[in-house]
Amino acid sequence: MARMTKDVGDRIDRKTTVNFSFDGRSFSGLAGDTIASALLANGQWLVSRSFKYHRPRGVLSLSGDDGNTLVQLADEPNTNADRKLLQQDLRVEPQNCNGSLNHDPMAVLGLFSRFLPVGFYYKTFFRPAGAWAFWSKIIRKSAGLGKLDATYLSDGYIESESTNYDKQYLHTDTLVIGGGYHGMKAALDAAAEGHFVLLVDREPTLGGAMNLDASLSELRDSLVAEISAAENIRVETNTLCNGWYHDNWFALCSENRLYKVRAKESLVAVGALEQPAVFRNNDLPGVILGSAAQRMIQHYGIQPGKRAVIIAGNDEAYRVALDLVAAGTQVEAIVELRDEPSALAASIAEQNIRVIRNAEPHMALSSSRHVSGLQLRARTAPHLDPLSDYEVIESIDCDLICMSVGYMPAFQLPCQAGARLIYEDNRATFSIEGLPKGSKIVGASAGRWGLEQEEPSPNFPWPIFPHPKGKEFVDYDEDLTISDLINAVNDGFDHIQLLKRYSTNGMGPSQGRQSALASARIVAFATGKSVTETGITTARPPLAGVSLALSAGRSFFPARRTAMHHWHDAHGAVWLQAGTWYRPAFYRSSPEESDQDCITRENRQVRENVGLIDISTLGGIDIRGPDAAEFVNRIYTGAFKGLKTGHSRYALLCNEAGVVIDDGVACRIAEHHFYLTATSVGVDRVVQQMFRWNAEWRLDVDIANVTAAFAAMNVAGPNARRVLAKITKLELDDEAFPFMAVRQGETAGVEARLIRTGFVGELGYEIHVPQHLAQNVWTALMQAGEALGIAPFGVEAQRLLRLEKGHVIIGQDTDAMTTPMELDMGWALAWKKPFFLGKRTLQDLEKIGQPRKLIGFTIKTAGSPVPKESHLLIDDKQDKMIGRVTSCAYSPVLSQIVGLALLEDLSKSETGSLIKIRCDGGGLVDATVTAAPFYDPENQRQKPDDSFINETTGTFTPVSTSQITASMTTSTSDRLHLTDLSLISRQGYKGSGAIGYLQSQGAEVPDAPNKAIVSANGSMIARLSFEETLVIHADARFEFVPPPSEITSVYFLPRAHSHCCFQLSGKDASVALSKLTGIDLTPENFPNLNVAQTSIARVNGILIRSDLNDELAFYILTDTPSAVYLWDCIEDAIKEFNGN
Amino acid sequence: MKLMHCPLNGQRNISEFTYGGEYHPMPNPEESTVDTWIEYIYFDKNTAGIVLEWWCHTATSYWFLAERNTITDEILRTLPVSELKKEPVS
Repeated sequence: MARMTKDVGDRIDRKTTVNFSFDGRSFSGLAGDTIASALLANGQWLVSRSFKYHRPRGVLSLSGDDGNTLVQLADEPNTNADRKLLQQDLRVEPQNCNGSLNHDPMAVLGLFSRFLPVGFYYKTFFRPAGAWAFWSKIIRKSAGLGKLDATYLSDGYIESESTNYDKQYLHTDTLVIGGGYHGMKAALDAAAEGHFVLLVDREPTLGGAMNLDASLSELRDSLVAEISAAENIRVETNTLCNGWYHDNWFALCSENRLYKVRAKESLVAVGALEQPAVFRNNDLPGVILGSAAQRMIQHYGIQPGKRAVIIAGNDEAYRVALDLVAAGTQVEAIVELRDEPSALAASIAEQNIRVIRNAEPHMALSSSRHVSGLQLRARTAPHLDPLSDYEVIESIDCDLICMSVGYMPAFQLPCQAGARLIYEDNRATFSIEGLPKGSKIVGASAGRWGLEQEEPSPNFPWPIFPHPKGKEFVDYDEDLTISDLINAVNDGFDHIQLLKRYSTNGMGPSQGRQSALASARIVAFATGKSVTETGITTARPPLAGVSLALSAGRSFFPARRTAMHHWHDAHGAVWLQAGTWYRPAFYRSSPEESDQDCITRENRQVRENVGLIDISTLGGIDIRGPDAAEFVNRIYTGAFKGLKTGHSRYALLCNEAGVVIDDGVACRIAEHHFYLTATSVGVDRVVQQMFRWNAEWRLDVDIANVTAAFAAMNVAGPNARRVLAKITKLELDDEAFPFMAVRQGETAGVEARLIRTGFVGELGYEIHVPQHLAQNVWTALMQAGEALGIAPFGVEAQRLLRLEKGHVIIGQDTDAMTTPMELDMGWALAWKKPFFLGKRTLQDLEKIGQPRKLIGFTIKTAGSPVPKESHLLIDDKQDKMIGRVTSCAYSPVLSQIVGLALLEDLSKSETGSLIKIRCDGGGLVDATVTAAPFYDPENQRQKPDDSFINETTGTFTPVSTSQITASMTTSTSDRLHLTDLSLISRQGYKGSGAIGYLQSQGAEVPDAPNKAIVSANGSMIARLSFEETLVIHADARFEFVPPPSEITSVYFLPRAHSHCCFQLSGKDASVALSKLTGIDLTPENFPNLNVAQTSIARVNGILIRSDLNDELAFYILTDTPSAVYLWDCIEDAIKEFNGN
Repeated sequence: MKLMHCPLNGQRNISEFTYGGEYHPMPNPEESTVDTWIEYIYFDKNTAGIVLEWWCHTATSYWFLAERNTITDEILRTLPVSELKKEPVS
């Protein structure tokens, strides 16, 4: 056992034994041990085999910075044994060895290393053609590191053993990265100035390099005490700052939480990494960095070896020697590389340690895969010529070689942020400059050494000792030696960036942490450039590997549900996700019914009787104001100024390039009020574009996306009127309510907007109602139609119904080039208008003619395969593609296949032309070009049966509902309370007159956007923009009175049904929300009655801080269809705060 | 992640914004030549240097203009459209 008997080791608990296995053998370590330290304590130095030559490898840094100690755990490959804490019964396996760790037959490759030069694969396996395809399989088998055990992906494992990984936003005045002397000092200074400081360190304790020097423990302890006493310093240990991005944005990885930190200023104090000396066999187990020996002693109480030799390029080497002596190791010699005597020479002399001068390492000797001695030769001038004369002086027997020859600032993080490395020849070290604004770098990470006072550089300028037989490793990960780098330069890859890619230098798991400095020196020497000119390859995030679990962590997948979601769910809906919306694809009436049977049944239901479909996902846009008609006229292609109130017209939207981007129906509700529908997926973009255009036009209109405010349903089929008549007071005969008319009136007790449309090609009424009342109307329709046999239908049946009518779906039957002319929709273009979006371009395009046309086609052959979307139209004589299918399905009512296709060969566009479609499997199917509509071309089926008289039955008392049902338990705990307040009264006031109007009503309105005021009557007025406010009244029965009609430029917004409203209260509310939004909601930085409109769990929402007495509380509002999604997100985020 | 100052909402993560392309004033659609119109519709300048761009704060649908240096990737200033064009564009 190498564990020291005296009680040293600040990370281990000597009372608790932990058993584990490695390479099939049982071992025991102590609590607090890492896998590597426990193996060392058992004398097991050999941990892995190297990547290329399968050489034996062991601990090098014991800090997790090298790639020598990657091991395989059952559920995790490439685990860093230096850092991974030991767990009871942990099963650890070595990686990258064939056979056993002790006897790896692949090690024979080392003998052939001269035939495996750098770039070997590039040079060897490319001839003859196809050779690489053959060899790559064999090569890939021998390369690679750990193995992923896919059986761990099974559900059972995830349920039983998975850990919860989370993500969180943090905001701080000052972020200090690195808790060593300089980091702690800087944190205390910033805290003294009143800044809030976040101090992070990847190690379990603060102290940095002070932890390796017993003489500094008092200084360290006093600083740590000061830090913990400071109220405004938060310390996160075991946390790696893994990425530094624009504007002081950092990624911090703790064990199972990823913090995304925004700092006003940052301070880097990440120290420096000790570098190996480069000499033959410097990779043998037992050849370690001086600091690694100190880690073994100070952290884990392990005696590093029995007999040690130290290669000294600085005074650190002498401290290592003294530490080793104290640990009971016999220090055989210090090989002093420098000329001048060390300041610590006297204390070394006291210990009778021999200091050898005028000598340098020639090679390490080995026995049983461990170092057994160091052979020295007479000092040589810096050179890279392996054949130069040398004179072996002596060999010293030892089982440990410590290398203390210099450091490299931990440059990766600052260089990610754009800092530059400058090599100072006189100090033989890189220093760092050019940090981004608002950041500083101090201490060893800046290339400055010492604590209170600056000390000389510890870097020996040329710790590189070529050997005639090579194997002096520069990059341990990739088994690259001095000659590999020289050969790469000689092959012409003399730039460090090219050399990296050619030789893979610095591309292994350690990312050049031990090789960058030596590589720069070697390449500079070989090319005759300066080290600064040669430089270091670009550092990019992440600094170290990130587990997939951490990246996946808390992820957001917004989902929107309509007001009738729960009903659909209870009635057999099979869900389909359209954009973020959940929509019923169809309803399965019994488990035996096939998908196709469901669709066919629902199709017939509409064609023969009456069906009801939820079309709430359809976009809704309210355009109100004196310029409403002018605005709609400019945006859409058609003529809308002359549209009569109470009527609607098809509305086609093009972009400026004349490409069709959306469509819907424009309804004129009143002289100055248009209600537009838009496609479900397109509405957000359409509204955004409307705002953009009006930012320039500044017409007097209000644009409001009311998609979330209104739910909608379409009752369609020959019996539609009979059903609707039972629940509405509106006249429904053809004269009173003609095709495309719009009516407003009470339907099932709810004030509704009705549009008579024909999207599915039957008599149909769209009913648009406030979404919190929509379920009442749906239920009333189902009850009213019960006797007739009404049934719901889903999206699949609707797609088929509209295809039978030849109605296009924008985005499915069109692409990014489709113009209205290609769709034969020239009728929808009002050329006489002075302007509409796309007009000029379409005028120019019309002159040159259309290259394509959307055609209808039918296939009558019984048993023909059904072409699918994007199957190609083929001209088989010329073997040429002439178009593609955009929609296609078998129509049960027409007993044939019908479809739409974009055709490029216009000579075949005439009705009756024959076209061929290449289907799955490559067979060609004959189709006939057929003019759409395929079904009811005369539109005879869209007329109501006027022989019939309205008979409204019963009275209706609609009830408001929230999507958050009682079955979703309210989350309560001592610490956080989440409540659904969706039924309390809310109202939006918007427009240039809105603020003045509210003030005239005696209300106090905040003087700037994103502030709120609570008025005397208990209502809260939140100002959302220069012209918009949101009023929340705690009393659910409170009714807002619309402004009188003579008051212009004030627009009423239906916030109670467009937005759900939750309240989260409790002192941890800000912390819980920081998992969902990037806004800084800490109580100090987000005072009471502040408003933020932002992204919450990836949906747009409004946050209002409104404390309850003295308890922190927030209103959280988002669009109602996202209510259930956001509720679930918040509930999940607050889980950890429940209970005490 | 970069920060951008929204004239309505203040400093926000760039992920809260939608990019709206270069700001090109529309030439008169009735009078401009085909070449001028094609230039306007299909071509961006891709200036290496200071550019003026449309940006929208997604959560509030608030459009504004941003002046950005594409060489240094610095956002120099953001402004409401009305500040650039005092009069509405018809």
